[in-house]
Amino acid sequence: MRAMTDISEISQIVGISLLVAGTSTLIGSVVGIPLGVLVALKEFRGRNFVRTLAFTFYGFPPVLAGLLVFLLLSRGGPLGFLGLLFTPLGMIIAQSLLIAPIVMGITISAVTNVSRRLYDTALALGADGRQWRVTALHDARVGVLTAVMVGFGRAISEVGAVLIVGGNIRGQTRVLTTAIVLETSQAHYVEATIFGVILFAIAFAVFAALQRLQERGFV
Amino acid sequence: MTAPIALEGVHKSFGPKDVLRGLDADIPAGEIFAIVGPSGVGKTTTLRLLDLLLPLDQGRILFGGRPCAAGSPEALEHRRRMAMVMQNPTVFRATAFENVAYGLWIRGVPEAEIHGRVFAALDFVGLLDAAKEKADHLSGGEQQRIAFARAAVLGPEVLLLDEFTANLDPANVRLLEGAALRFRKETGCTVVIVTHNLFQAKRLANRVAFLLDGRFVEIAPAAEFFETPSRPETRAFLTGEMAY
Repeated sequence: MRAMTDISEISQIVGISLLVAGTSTLIGSVVGIPLGVLVALKEFRGRNFVRTLAFTFYGFPPVLAGLLVFLLLSRGGPLGFLGLLFTPLGMIIAQSLLIAPIVMGITISAVTNVSRRLYDTALALGADGRQWRVTALHDARVGVLTAVMVGFGRAISEVGAVLIVGGNIRGQTRVLTTAIVLETSQAHYVEATIFGVILFAIAFAVFAALQRLQERGFV
Repeated sequence: MTAPIALEGVHKSFGPKDVLRGLDADIPAGEIFAIVGPSGVGKTTTLRLLDLLLPLDQGRILFGGRPCAAGSPEALEHRRRMAMVMQNPTVFRATAFENVAYGLWIRGVPEAEIHGRVFAALDFVGLLDAAKEKADHLSGGEQQRIAFARAAVLGPEVLLLDEFTANLDPANVRLLEGAALRFRKETGCTVVIVTHNLFQAKRLANRVAFLLDGRFVEIAPAAEFFETPSRPETRAFLTGEMAY
């Protein structure tokens, strides 16, 4: 086995993977959950359009998101002066753009279901508008956690956007998925498989923990 | 605490469909008032209007002598003096205790007081042992008893019951009807019941109103309503001859 797959480098790749996927899931959730609650509970013109748009972005190709962010952050682009291209922060921006609509869309579905079931009950028990929104989000918490889980799943397994925006630079922007692509392209199948197993193990551990939380319903 | 209710010329439409077309009724404080009528005639709509969950198109609702309207600045205060039990058991994804405590929490009742009131309410409907159970894991009958306790714990001046025993087994029907009667006796609150169960209306109500074609066709004391109805439509409905 080559030196590049030593423990310290693997740890570094795992660390960058978790940093990028975790942070982009956090940002996607912070943006997507409130927007999802708003769209589910607030009547406004164009609500159906926003809902359809969020669902459409489920299938937004990661390479296209990567290309858009690349053009935005490249030296000649509008945000080129920030110097974020080929940095973990640039990768986080690209992935957040992919994850926020997913979290938002699933949150819309979860909160809408709760709203149909409990709106009259909560108001009849004396809830005001703000108390109702808090109640709806609280009752939809299992569905909202599902949204976060799906978002993290997309982030940790995504390759197109992080490859274009991050550039797969050793020790800086290389994550598990881009490392697998690189090792496979160089016919280093053992290394690629090791990274694959690590990726699967991380995803399994995170989802097992989240699923346990979900089954308990946070009660 | 209890309050009289008055409906004056209440109209409500949904799109082109006129559901209520001039509803008038005076419900004295402390009365059990049952609304009966064929399915889809607007019984639940009437209760939702009374609870200020829907806006009126025309007319007035007076609560304790004061007009009140959905969407008005006073609507929340009025609504918090009432409580409603819905037809289908709708519980929050929480324990039985937390479900019953909900209305008290949002009113800012101190935690120490909530504890005693919630356990008393659960005891009232025979579910003291289920306090820590997840409400959505309980049976339909138990969930409806939770819903009743959740309304009763608020000590409402007006209790609105919408088909509150529909689809329940006879034991739960008996238990909930008993709870409603005891609650009204102990608190003196005004109770408005919507039911398609004529036997239930007969068992519980002081007066019964027959809702048909958007109006109360007949309002009479329960005994009179069932024994000697004055309107031919009421007789046809009670004898099952009304095809609707």
